[in-house]
Amino acid sequence: VQKSERNLIMSDAASRLRRLAALILKGFLLLATAISLVAVLLIIAYITRDALPFFKLRGLGEFFKSTAWYPSGNPPEFGALAIFFGTGLVTLGAILVAVPLGIAAAIALSDILPYRLRQTVKPVIEILAAIPSVAYGFFALVIFAPLLQNRGGSLLSMAAWLIALPLGLLIIFAVTEIAARSIREDMVKTVRLLLAVALTAILIRGLLALSAMLNSIPISSGTNALNVSVILGIMALPTIVSVAEDSLQAAGRELREGSYALGATRAETLFKVVIPAAGSGIIAAVILGVMRAVGETMVVWMASGNAAQIPNPWFNFLSPVRTMTATIAGDMGEADQVTGSSRYHVLFALALCLLLTSFIANLISEWILRRQQRKLGGSK
Amino acid sequence: MKIFYTFLIIALAAGFLGGADASKITVDGSTTVGPIAKAFAEFYMKQHPGVNITVSESGSGNGAKSLINGSCQVATMSRIMKQNEYEAAVHSEVLPISHVVALDGIAMIVHPSNPVKALTMEQIKSIYTGKIKNWNQLGGPNVSIVIISRDTNSGTYETFETRVLKGEKIVKNCEYVGSSGAIRQRVQSTQAALGYVGIGFIDNTIKALPVNDVSPSPETVKNGSYPIARPLYMYTNDYPKMGSDLYLFVNLYLTKKGQEIIEETGFIPVTNY
Repeated sequence: VQKSERNLIMSDAASRLRRLAALILKGFLLLATAISLVAVLLIIAYITRDALPFFKLRGLGEFFKSTAWYPSGNPPEFGALAIFFGTGLVTLGAILVAVPLGIAAAIALSDILPYRLRQTVKPVIEILAAIPSVAYGFFALVIFAPLLQNRGGSLLSMAAWLIALPLGLLIIFAVTEIAARSIREDMVKTVRLLLAVALTAILIRGLLALSAMLNSIPISSGTNALNVSVILGIMALPTIVSVAEDSLQAAGRELREGSYALGATRAETLFKVVIPAAGSGIIAAVILGVMRAVGETMVVWMASGNAAQIPNPWFNFLSPVRTMTATIAGDMGEADQVTGSSRYHVLFALALCLLLTSFIANLISEWILRRQQRKLGGSK
Repeated sequence: MKIFYTFLIIALAAGFLGGADASKITVDGSTTVGPIAKAFAEFYMKQHPGVNITVSESGSGNGAKSLINGSCQVATMSRIMKQNEYEAAVHSEVLPISHVVALDGIAMIVHPSNPVKALTMEQIKSIYTGKIKNWNQLGGPNVSIVIISRDTNSGTYETFETRVLKGEKIVKNCEYVGSSGAIRQRVQSTQAALGYVGIGFIDNTIKALPVNDVSPSPETVKNGSYPIARPLYMYTNDYPKMGSDLYLFVNLYLTKKGQEIIEETGFIPVTNY
């Protein structure tokens, strides 16, 4: 009897010991959580510490305004404008590839394809994210670059057909539909047919001309902005598809059923109800995917050509470009940290710019996602 | 691609297992000299089972850094140490001693289908500084030249810069590639490309052009007639103690076997057995 009493009421010493143990454990868990936070703060602090001397040594003007990047020259020049531009161009290209494809795939997966198919397709898309970036880079350098050089023109015209034909037919369909409204009823069928045939003929003529023009474009070097844009776009796809599809799913069954109940068609439900509801999630998906492209190093170092120049004209995706990440990776070895030269600190200045970009983009996507959660939470 | 391509050669020899005091040599530096150092290490460890030699390739500049901060005993470099590196070394109480272990020539390479037969130093300089833009200015087809260079990180680049460009700046549309192997790969697959690699990288998948009417070869490098050539170095902190493993390792290039190894790796030995 006495024993059981002792077990029920803890002695002061044992109680203190327990509280101490709990405290230690809590502290340990807090520390474990804090480590990632501390690591981020330390990284920012150290990069800033090593970046500031560059601006002290060389000022701001040259770095942000000049395009002459000759870190090993005598005297050296550190104009990073072309490098910022290269990052921007490659990112734009990746967006053009990944965003339409990614969002279309997400919509198809969540609302159009049968459930069974979705269960097999989504994991396959997510496998893309597991391929190491050096494998992508190797593919870009050894297979895609020579392909662009040898068959670049026909690849471009094929891409033009693939994009423009369905898009053009869709537009023709819409145009004839609108035109039909303003015509007397007994003539609608013939006029619509004639209009559709005429417009399709114009479309095909135009496409033939365009593909002939694209076919004749010589691509002398396959390691260029186009190559990297396509590869980075593919690398960003799984992120965009996955996050966008999740947010489309999160819009909920009730919303869709409500819309159908009000008499909306499937297309109306999709475009006027589901996509607006998931809009901020889709934007967040795009930002996350784009950040993957901005931060990618290996692929751009291997396949972008690394020429520090602003292409002429600026949207010329067929010329080689240099990005911030590739510059940091490529110039690190010779940058002399022993004497603390500006050649060393300029890489940290680039890293700081990169860090700030991704920091801001992350904040924006976080803010958008949170807003969506609040919006959806409030409607329930 | 900057290959922080680290080769760790681990000696699992009987002497090591027997508890003999294994001596350890760490080699770091140039990707060009790396193959020589690796072949030397392999040979030396086979002969002296108690010795453990590690060879890393992280670029000449990194080799100098490692020697200065004491993280390696031998820095392999494809260029001579720079003044500021010597200064940093002296500050850290390190006295770099150079050993010229082999010679290397830098060959200008093009696609095998390229009809251009030869280049002059002046033409190479004009191409790389952007004054000549098209192969038809050199008697080739009417296509613009795809100019390829090693990254500014490499000793090969620095040799090219000092021997050929002589202080002028490379044209902005020049492409930069992270290793000599990658340059060869790009030239193999690009008809309009012009690149440069060490003589050891020449094979029949690309065409090496004569420069100033002299073909790149061991003989022309040695007799001084090939214009883009350089010595390859190993640096040690002070002269190694006579008879020590380090002494025998860095002087391997003076032996007959050392000469054979250097020839096998595609470079030009300084000895002539």
